[in-house]
Amino acid sequence: MHYTVCKELNSVILSVSSQINFVCLISRQGKVRLTKWYSTYSQKERSKAIRELSGVILSRGPKLCNFVDWKGHKVVYKRYASLYFCICIDEEDNELEALEVIHHFVEILDRYFGSVCELDLIFNFHKAYYILDELLIAGELQESSKRTIAKLISAQDNLVEVAKEEASSLSNIIAQATK
Amino acid sequence: MGSQGGIGQSKEFLDLVKSIGEARSKAEEDRIVLGEIETLKRRLVEPGIPKRKMKEYIIRLVYIEMLGHDASFGYIHAVKMTHDDNLFLKRTGYLAVTLFLNEDHDLIILIVNTIQKDLKSDNFLIVCAALNAVCKLINEETIPAVLPQVVELLGHQKEAVRKKAIMALHRFHQKSPSSVSHLVSNFRKRLCDNDPGVMGATLCPLLDLINRDVSSFKDLVVSFVSILKQVAEHRLPKAYDYHQLPAPFIQIRLLKILALLGSGDKQSSEQMYTVVGDIFRKCDSSSNMGNAVIYQCICCVSSIHPNPKLLESAADQIARFLKSDSHNLKYLGIDALGRLIKLSPEIAEQHQLAVIDCLEDPDDTLKRKTFELLHKMTKSSNVEVIVDRMIDYMISINDNHYKTEIVSRCVELAEQFAPSNQWFIQTMNRVFEHAGDLVNIKVAHNLMRLIAEGFGEDDDTAYTHLRSSAVDSYLRIIGAPKLPSVFLQVICWVLGEYGTADGKYSASYITGKLCDVAEAYSNDETVKAYAVTALIKIYAFEIAAGRKVDILPECQSLIEELSASHSTDLQQRAYELQAVIALDAQAVENIMPSDASSKEIEIDKNLPFLNDHVERAIEKGAQPYIPESERSGFSNASYLNSQDLHDIPPSHGLRFEAYELPKQPSVPLTTPPISIGSSNELIAVPEPAYDRGNQAAVSVPSSSNSGPAEVKLRLDGVQKKWGRPTYSSSSPSPSAAPSQDTVNGLTVSNGATSVTPAISKGRETTYEPTRKSQVVEISPEKQKLAASLFGGSSKQERKSSLGGGHKTAAKPSGGHGAETSVKKMAVPAQQPPPPDLLDLGETTVATSGPLIDPFKQLEGLLDMVEPTSSTNNHGDVNATKVPDVMASFGDTATAVEHGGNHFSSIEDVDNLMSGLSSATTDVSSDGGIATPQSTAQISKGPNLKDALQKDALVRQMGVNPSSQNPNLFKDLLG
Repeated sequence: MHYTVCKELNSVILSVSSQINFVCLISRQGKVRLTKWYSTYSQKERSKAIRELSGVILSRGPKLCNFVDWKGHKVVYKRYASLYFCICIDEEDNELEALEVIHHFVEILDRYFGSVCELDLIFNFHKAYYILDELLIAGELQESSKRTIAKLISAQDNLVEVAKEEASSLSNIIAQATK
Repeated sequence: MGSQGGIGQSKEFLDLVKSIGEARSKAEEDRIVLGEIETLKRRLVEPGIPKRKMKEYIIRLVYIEMLGHDASFGYIHAVKMTHDDNLFLKRTGYLAVTLFLNEDHDLIILIVNTIQKDLKSDNFLIVCAALNAVCKLINEETIPAVLPQVVELLGHQKEAVRKKAIMALHRFHQKSPSSVSHLVSNFRKRLCDNDPGVMGATLCPLLDLINRDVSSFKDLVVSFVSILKQVAEHRLPKAYDYHQLPAPFIQIRLLKILALLGSGDKQSSEQMYTVVGDIFRKCDSSSNMGNAVIYQCICCVSSIHPNPKLLESAADQIARFLKSDSHNLKYLGIDALGRLIKLSPEIAEQHQLAVIDCLEDPDDTLKRKTFELLHKMTKSSNVEVIVDRMIDYMISINDNHYKTEIVSRCVELAEQFAPSNQWFIQTMNRVFEHAGDLVNIKVAHNLMRLIAEGFGEDDDTAYTHLRSSAVDSYLRIIGAPKLPSVFLQVICWVLGEYGTADGKYSASYITGKLCDVAEAYSNDETVKAYAVTALIKIYAFEIAAGRKVDILPECQSLIEELSASHSTDLQQRAYELQAVIALDAQAVENIMPSDASSKEIEIDKNLPFLNDHVERAIEKGAQPYIPESERSGFSNASYLNSQDLHDIPPSHGLRFEAYELPKQPSVPLTTPPISIGSSNELIAVPEPAYDRGNQAAVSVPSSSNSGPAEVKLRLDGVQKKWGRPTYSSSSPSPSAAPSQDTVNGLTVSNGATSVTPAISKGRETTYEPTRKSQVVEISPEKQKLAASLFGGSSKQERKSSLGGGHKTAAKPSGGHGAETSVKKMAVPAQQPPPPDLLDLGETTVATSGPLIDPFKQLEGLLDMVEPTSSTNNHGDVNATKVPDVMASFGDTATAVEHGGNHFSSIEDVDNLMSGLSSATTDVSSDGGIATPQSTAQISKGPNLKDALQKDALVRQMGVNPSSQNPNLFKDLLG
């Protein structure tokens, strides 16, 4: 039997490249701990995405798989203690790899903070951002070596320390000069 | 590194974070954040803020934004901060702008200059920070401003810079492929970078480039293969290892690239076979990451030119995935199966039970993936089961996005593979009932067309049966609350056309229902319009049949209400209705021939019967007709829309010559609209059909002398001139022709195959009540499902499942089950039966007869199976199918018992071989004994072996808060 096939035109992006659309960290209570958006989302879309996802993910049982469908994309999540790490990837992508990207990130955080806990991320979210920026760039995994990332971050930290001292002494000088 | 308190953050900020952390509700959090926004708005405009302080404000802005509030009032301060010379501040500024701004934000133009400057900095950290911003912020317009510098940075001495430069170029390529098309050679060069990180990063843009244009990268196959080989052989620095795997992320990327390059290219594929095979062999299958690589290998194997050996190892790995306890692996297994099934369809069969397990899994994600797989393997033999399942699932979910997707899949499958029209209609009814608003309107039109003309003229009983069953089902459904509009349209149309056709229902009953619909959905004008038109038809058929029409009071009030409706369409229809009722039988017969919707309407474009009239008119001095093509100045569209064409000469376009003399209303034009009317009904365009009623009332008496020609007017060409564009009435008929065969097939030739599913259905009901008590015995049911899904080796599975049914019937509760089954089979006598039950007059007899003895009942069922199966001999069936039986049993045993005793299952198989009847008893007795055993095994839970395995798994996974890996994520609260 042959009828006209009227297929819904779904706007599923058929791209092979492993684009990560966003990363977010949500606490068990549904509080946002970190978000980074690699594709363009308006503030409204962002809040909606987080709201929807935390609804879906937080209610999932422990033995189910770590992937959920979300609007033609896939969200891969993993729970560490009270914190859920979520990555939104494209439909065609390797979910297990994304899961390991999360774990990779956690291991790097752990190495940096020294047995990291949620509070570390709450109070130092900007540092977590810096680390994430060394791991992922433009939605792609840019570095898979923990050592390289750790080296870069500590180089930045050292420089920041130096710069801070300079800055404070400089501002003192300026302040004195302008008096 | 100090873990808490951060460095240099004020108490104020720490308090903010803390109070948000302690907030009990989202509303409380919002209130705190709003307060913070007010504070920051005030503070930021204060003059002379120290830079340290400013940095903190920016971070607070980031925090606000992260929590989902708008911090745009402070964006400009973040932009300013990027201008600072101090790296410490600059870095914060860049971080903030990358988080705040999208690539099309107005403020970006203020940053480009700073980025340009920073890209030239001799401090590589500043360059890195700038490159991070480039990746996020530079848009198509600003690419040229930074491109030369980024390209220059490809040769930077620091690998971190080179890597980021590559990624920046990759981003440029995504945004505007032309901007970097001349730089492909740079990517190729970076592939040979000394630093593995840079090489790995280079694979990202290459993957993209290859995805767009495979052919120009074929020369790189050798390089990619050799890189992959080296990576797999542990030749990269240890730092790239991940859980003892050699650079798995790079391996995965390379495999993705190879999959693209080898697709449909035998020569390239051959170069890859060895290395992919090596990875299959070597990869550590116990870790997540290893499985990720293996999964990517399977994807690669299914994409490149097929190689039997690789396919085999892929199939092995899939089997392992599917048998795994981990839902993640099962999920990947199902996905991989869907990929491989294109190449080797037979592979699905050995995993049928695993697939069904996944289908019945409580995990939604897994279920959906399995539906995806089933969608890929749907054939006409299993479409009923699959679509049924899909619809059941569709009904159970709320997520509209996915609902729409699965509905469109159901419709697609149903349209492609429907075994019978009856089934198609039933299926569509379910789809419409539960997700009508998500269905394309065309589907509804198809359904109506099918009901109208689904069967050929040569089989009248089936023809009317289909329609009356449709009417029956719609009358049943119509009372349900809140039906979707589209579905109601279908219902009204069908009731109007065929509601009274078989004489089962009186006109007043049907019209009453239609009035109810019009009343219940009084704010849906389309539905009301359909309902009124249906009323017209019902009354017209009544009048034509010479019966007296009694208009129900509610119908009368409906007509009155609609005559005063604001909608001209509804008003028009109401008047038409009144006009039709006033006509005599002869006239009504002509304007509303019964069952005309599927009649081929012959159209003679030349309208020869009008010739006399035209000549007379010309003799009287009328203007001769000028064909459209010879006229100018007409706007075609408005011309087509002119509906009151007998009043005004068809001249809606701008005309520059003087108006002609008014023409007499031309009588001959009256007939065509009637036929348009009835052909319109078919697709039921929700536009007003102004022409029909008026003309009918005015002109029918005069046109009745033109005899049979009216009904058979050919309107092909006419419709282009008059009236609106409609579905051409000729298109339905060709599509109806092929369907005819299948329809007949349902009742006649399909008999043999469709008997068995129906039997299994009957059995299902007997079986269900006891289902929960039998953990192991679920498998027969699954096998049955497997049989219906996967076809093929279904026969002996059916038998083994019969064994299951047998056993339940023997239990006390079985009697009840049998009763219900009989009841269920008896019901279809009054209701339009589901398609598969329909053909089962015989079975009903067989099952309902020996009600007293459930055993005999089942024997009866068995007897039914025998003659229908192609091999009549038990011995034959068993002998030929034994390997399959063993396989399936082996599967069940392992799947259910987890390395429990396999012996019993082997015994089962032996028993099966010794003839069917003994097999059934054996299985039943065996099952009866085996059940407690295996439940005990399962309830025993993690035995030592399991526990060890779990432990090992946990250790491989690394982080598990509850395990002995306490260093990670010790939550302060927990």
